[in-house]
This record gives sequence, structure tokens and C-alpha cells, in this order.
Amino acid sequence: MKVLTTPRMERCIGCYACSLACARLVHGQLSWLTAGIRIRSSGGLSTGFEARTCLACLPAPCAAACPTGAFAQRKGGGVRVQKDLCIRCGDCAAACPVEAVYLDNQGQPYVCIHCGRCVGFCPHDCLEWSDPGERAPGAAAGKGAA
Amino acid sequence: MIRDHFRVLVMDLAAGRGRVERHDGRETVAGGSGLAAWLFGHYGRPASPWNDPAQPLIFAIGPLTGAFPLMSKTVCAFKSPYHDQYAESHAGGRSALALRMADLDALVVTGRAPRLSCLALGGHHLELRDVHFLAGKPVDEVGKVLRRMLGGAGHRSMLRIGPAGESGAAMAGITVDTYRHFGRLGAGAVMGAKNLKAIVVEGDRAFPLPAGKDYPKLFERVHHQLTRTDMMHKYHDLGTAANLETLNGLQSLPWRNLRQTADAAIDGVSGRRFADDTLLRNAACAGCPVGCIHVGFLREKFMEPNQYLYRQVSYDYEPIFATGTMLGVVEAPAVLGIMDTVEQMGLDVMSAGVALAWATEAVEKGLIDLAQTLVPLQFGQAAAYRQAVEHLGRGTNDFYRLLAQGALKAAAHYGGGDFACVLGQEMAGYATGEVFFTAQALGLRHSHLDSGGYSFDQKHAAYTTAEALDFLVADEGGRVLLTSMAACLFARGVYTPTLLAECLEVLGARGLAAGLADVARRVQALRWRQRLATGFDPHAVTIPERFREVTTWKGPLDGERLDALMAGYAARILELGRPEQDAPV
Repeated sequence: MKVLTTPRMERCIGCYACSLACARLVHGQLSWLTAGIRIRSSGGLSTGFEARTCLACLPAPCAAACPTGAFAQRKGGGVRVQKDLCIRCGDCAAACPVEAVYLDNQGQPYVCIHCGRCVGFCPHDCLEWSDPGERAPGAAAGKGAA
Repeated sequence: MIRDHFRVLVMDLAAGRGRVERHDGRETVAGGSGLAAWLFGHYGRPASPWNDPAQPLIFAIGPLTGAFPLMSKTVCAFKSPYHDQYAESHAGGRSALALRMADLDALVVTGRAPRLSCLALGGHHLELRDVHFLAGKPVDEVGKVLRRMLGGAGHRSMLRIGPAGESGAAMAGITVDTYRHFGRLGAGAVMGAKNLKAIVVEGDRAFPLPAGKDYPKLFERVHHQLTRTDMMHKYHDLGTAANLETLNGLQSLPWRNLRQTADAAIDGVSGRRFADDTLLRNAACAGCPVGCIHVGFLREKFMEPNQYLYRQVSYDYEPIFATGTMLGVVEAPAVLGIMDTVEQMGLDVMSAGVALAWATEAVEKGLIDLAQTLVPLQFGQAAAYRQAVEHLGRGTNDFYRLLAQGALKAAAHYGGGDFACVLGQEMAGYATGEVFFTAQALGLRHSHLDSGGYSFDQKHAAYTTAEALDFLVADEGGRVLLTSMAACLFARGVYTPTLLAECLEVLGARGLAAGLADVARRVQALRWRQRLATGFDPHAVTIPERFREVTTWKGPLDGERLDALMAGYAARILELGRPEQDAPV
């Protein structure tokens, strides 16, 4: 199972194309926040950017914490999400060790589902969507490396 | 997706309270430049001075903001301290998307805060915070403190001023998210006059997008057009700094207060030199995958033994022209050093550099001396210029306070108006010829981006006055449509009127999409009406003698052609901005 990783965030220019693509394509929204990948500067623009996204835990503590099965373990890491089962308790977000789950002001959780749709929108090849077992050594250099 | 009206937050700083107002007019003025001019008509006081607390400071975005790539600009409108008339300035950063995600089409700030304050707002909050402890602080320090004080990292936009805005400098800008600026015509002094050190907008809301595949498909097409074709290559590669070598080769790059238009020393400050020796990384405005922001790296030894500090300074063509070639500074790191001081003072870099170039020649000619300048100004002496920039920003003495109102204001007192490189305001870096000089001297923003006069000069060796005037008026109309959306003008080759209509239609704004030609004409007229109503007389604008001494690739400047263009364009502007009851639209 392929998972999304962010191996080259030092290349990030802060355009938010990935985050906006996730909100647009996965959640049908225009937002910086209701997305499975969220970009933020780490102490001002001069210090670069970091991506808040699911690190594909196996087992996933958010899935274990979910009392209704809305978050269930995804094969290969991460979670499968069934929105209609969610009671908006927020336990998933509390259980996540890396703040990858965003709760909107109605308590609706947003998390990366490792679909890879954001990857093609990154102009600097910061992101990767691949099977962990197939990831080549040196992948951190990425496409276009000099 | 695109509401049929405008949602505007009107903040009264004196009362410390805001109210959300609804304004009609979406299909009439679209947003951005059109909305800003519309709101100035509603809230502005044409007959009152710029620093009347009741004057509005307006920030407006457009119907496509955030919904398509490079729809990333905010239009700031105000009565300018530079000429006490209606003015517009544009900036990107995260400002546009933050306003959009805060569910606002515009922010209008009125009144004067009782103490130096920061306005913090978002989709769910609004507060005015006392920040008196930031008085006189440089721009970077203000950013560091506010980041600690306020939440929303990564999803907020921080607009702030430096000492120049507080000291009332007519060339004070507003810094947006460290690397972008509402630079020209003194928006920073308007904030200063309102006792407003910063505005922080958090984009913390989410909005439903149209169902179905049409919108995502169109988005993807536009995104790929912008990122996979060569159309934006220039901005992504060396950036606008690539123009330095080009314009120098065309004898169109101002050097040493425009006494030259080319110099062999260009190699020290070319776009290639900046990239090879100083480029640290690129950055982007939110919603723009191009990443045209070039951040240079400056390493400085501040103490023995081997104690260094580093600075990150964004560079572009215009800042390099203003603090490099115009001041005769020909080493890239030295240029970055001057730019950094300009940034910290919160000055408009073009105005500051060009004003100091005038001061340097005024020293050479004996009109002023060290008693005024406090540091020895001499072309090429970067260290002295860094000190002078600080004096200019802080308004250290009468001379610098006057110079900060504009080089022509200083020249009116000390002499030297003939060599003040002012075209409505301090010139942009295009000594391309008669059409550009006319375009900037009379353009609404006095900006090289009002219309493509610089490009017309470069492409046309022979033309009639009427052809040039037709071009300026038509090109301004096209740009006004884009800035009403509100697009980055770097995308003007991509966002044709046809594509803009497609984008609006897919988001449900069919009426607006169908009437874009009328919108462009209407907004162009509305902006000029606001400018004329605040006292602009285009026939009274004169071109300093220095511009008539310029030689470009076409040879010596044609003074008669310049006079004809100035008279003709002034007449066209009066026609464009004639009162509404007399106008055809």
C-alpha cells in the first residue's frame, strides 16, 4: 500500500498547492486547514516550512482511540476514514502523536488518507507517494536533483 | 462559491470595534482594484487630508482569490501621504488568501487607535491589542514578537510597518509576511497615522467548492499551464533580476541617478551574479506554485575572531536597480545589505534608493553637505548608504524628514529639481524611453505595472503618438481587469479574458463572467474618477530635465515626442475619469 511521505520539505516554497489540492479534491473545500496535509512556517518565513500530515503509523493510535470505527487501521499504515460513523468526539486528534488530525470548529476530523492526489501539485517535488518497501535508497534527493 | 455581494469588515480603531457590512456591486466592479475604488467612494473623504483619522485604509481581494493559482494579490487603497490623492498599492504573500479564508472580501480600517496597536482578526475573532512596546521597532523584530503573541502560524498574514511608517515618511511601505510589500505611495505612513503597527489576519475558515469535476479539471489545466510550460520560466529561474543585464544591454538601466543607462560593471549585480553568489532559496505567495520570490543570503562578520551573522533578504529587479545601479553599488552582497536596512526601516525600496541617488548628486553639486546628510554620501559607498537609509526611515533631522516626503519635496527646498528622478513618484528602473516616462509619470499608481510602457518602448523603434496612447489606455484596461480578480500580473499571459470568464463561470458567477469587458471599462473609469476627485491634475505633471538627457538604444530621448505623449495621455485620463453622469458606461 502506498503512503504519502514528505522527504524533501527543505525544498518547500510555501505555495500551499498540496494543501489546497487536498482540501479541494478530497474534501471539496477551499481551506488551509480542512486538509490531510497542512503547511506551516516554523517560526516565520525565514525558517522554512513543515508539513503536518499523517506518518502512517502501524498500528495507528488514532484508529485504536476511535470508539465508533470511523477511523480504522489502513493496511500499510495510516487510517481508513468513514465520515458517517464519526461522532466528533475528537479522540483521534488527541491520540495522534504528531498533530496530524485537524478538527474543525464542529469537531469534524481531517486526516491524510494517503491517496496521493496532492503530490502532482507540488512544483518542487517535496512529496512522495510510494510503497515503503519499494522506496529507493537516496530518494531524499528527489527528481531534478543536480 | 462567489457570493453576489461583498462581505466587508469595517474596523473603527478609535472605538476598538468592527462591524461586518454587506455591499452590492459584484457584477459591477468584481473585486480587487474595482472593489477598493468602490469602497473609497463610500468611505473616503476626498477633500480631507490623507492623515484625517476618518480616512479609510482599504484591503480588497477578488472573486477568484484562492480558487485558482496566482490569484494571490491584495489591493490596498488609501489617500496617499505622497501626493494627498487616491492611491493603490498591491502585495501578495499570504495576505489575499488569509482574507479569503477569514471570509472577507475587504477590510476597511478607519479611525486612529488611542495607543500603538495591532489589529488581529480571523474568521472567528477580532481584537485590537496594545503594542506600545513595539514603537520604533524594526520590521523583523515586530514580526518575531507578534508571532509569539498571536496564534495561527502558517495560516495567517502579518502586515507590519517599521520606523518609517511611524515617522510619517511618504515613502513608508507595509511589509507583508517578511518578503512582500505594499511598497509605494506611503501606505505605511497611513498605518502609522492610525497608530497601527500591524494587522494580522488568520485564515481559519473553510468554504464549500462546486460539486462535480468541472472546477477541479479547470484548476488542473490552469495549474499545469503555469507550471509545465515556459510561460513563467523567467520568474522561476533568475526571477525579475534577469532584467538587469537585459536592460543594461538596451541602454535602459538607470545608473548613478540616471546619468548613465549602461555600465560595464553590470556583472557584479546581474541576475546571474545574484543567483550564483547569494541565492539561498525561492519562496512563494500562498496559492502560487511559481515561487518567484528570490531570497538572498548575506553573511556579515560583526566581530573578531570569526563571529558572523546572516541575513535573508528577498531581491528582485527593482530593489537591485534602486539600491545597486542607481547608487553605483556594484557588489551583490553590498546591495543586499542596503536592501536589508531598507526592509528593517519599512521603507519603499525604489523610493528610498532613488531619493538617496538624488541626495548624492546634490552633495556632488554642493547643494547640501554633511550637515544635512550626516554621513558622506558618495556613489558606490554602501556602508554610508545603509546609515543614510536608517536616517531616512527614522527621520533623524529636517533634511531626512523632508527627503522622506519625496526627492522633489527636498529639491524644492535645497534646489536640484532638474536631476530628481521622479515620475509621479521616484522612478522605477526603466529608462526605456518616452512611453514609459509618460506611463509612470501619469499612471494611476505611478508604477511600472500600471501599463506596459516599458515594454512598448523596447519593442517599437517607430510609432505614432496615437498608437502609443491607444496602447497605454488599452493595456491599463486589461491590467485593471486582472487586478480586480485579483491576479498577480506575472500571470497576465495566462489569464486571458476568455480564461477569466471560464474561471468565474465554473464557480457560478455567470453574470460577472459575461460582463467582463464592461467591468474593465467601468473599473478603469472609477479609479480615475477617485484620483481626479482627490485633486489630480494630469496636465500639471512635469518631467524633470534629467529624463530628457537620457540616451537609450534608440538614441537621445525625443523631447517633443515626450511632450506630445504627456499632453495626449493627460487628455485621455481626463476623458477616462470624467464624471459618471457624462460617461458612456
